[in-house]
Amino acid sequence: MVRAMKVNVIVMPKPAVLDPQGVAAAEAMRHLGFNDAKSVRVGRCIEIETDGHDEEKLREICSELLSNPVIEDYRIEVSGEH
Amino acid sequence: MMRFAVIRFPGSNCDEDCVHALRSFDGVAAELVWHKTSDLAGFDAVVLPGGFSYGDYLRCGAIARFSPVMQAVRRHAEAGKIVVGICNGFQILCESRLLPGALVRNRDLRFVCQDTLVRVESLRSPFTRVSSTGCSLKIPVAHGEGCYFADPDTLRELRRHDQILLRYVNAEGALDAAANPNGSLDHIAGICNRNRNVFGLMPHPERACEARLGSTDGRVIFESILSHA
Repeated sequence: MVRAMKVNVIVMPKPAVLDPQGVAAAEAMRHLGFNDAKSVRVGRCIEIETDGHDEEKLREICSELLSNPVIEDYRIEVSGEH
Repeated sequence: MMRFAVIRFPGSNCDEDCVHALRSFDGVAAELVWHKTSDLAGFDAVVLPGGFSYGDYLRCGAIARFSPVMQAVRRHAEAGKIVVGICNGFQILCESRLLPGALVRNRDLRFVCQDTLVRVESLRSPFTRVSSTGCSLKIPVAHGEGCYFADPDTLRELRRHDQILLRYVNAEGALDAAANPNGSLDHIAGICNRNRNVFGLMPHPERACEARLGSTDGRVIFESILSHA
């Protein structure tokens, strides 16, 4: 049975990696009056529409291509399953 | 005659400069090699040039890593032959895990295009052997993602095995945050692998090979490779 689903791969810089984009975004947020942010980090999200997937293969793709484990962590969120 | 392959990826833009610079040395044959090639037999050295391979999509060098030629580059490296990655080439070598660490967005978020001074930290490599320790080389950089990062264990290993070959320094030859153009960890501008046959650097030595370009200090890198052969 084919199940349409959306897989989001969220890639974030590791805490130890300097994230100048996050620092710049936090600064701009403060200029706009948002003073409550303790920390801002900028990553990216890869949206994949698929009819099912091989979990192991997806993890391999995540660590080999979509993220670089030296500097980034990733997490997988599956939604839209029906 | 030492035969150099300069790999051309879609988006490479320093490939012709590398060939031009290499051909100014006696005893060098240099040719462009398209990234679809899977055989580098017959070449003594491989250069991965600067540029924006695959538009820097995902991460710099992340997609070039899977080009057919990279399997051949890996075999070439494993055979102990010379591999040099310049700028985007350095990023590709890190993405390929042929060198440790990674290159991330510059500290100031700006693309930096300027002359830098890099200090030769070790002569114990085919890339620096005819230079002199502590000598500062004037070589330009041009990159947006040249901030070298490695975890503390990796940095410790790099130091312990004398793999840091070049560091950014000021006019006095001293380490100085203001002279570090991208915020690189430990002021690192260039490193080699444990076997000392794979070298990655952010500065462009091919752009510092003739007086009319403002510096000839890059020549010592290529002279070292030639003297090693």
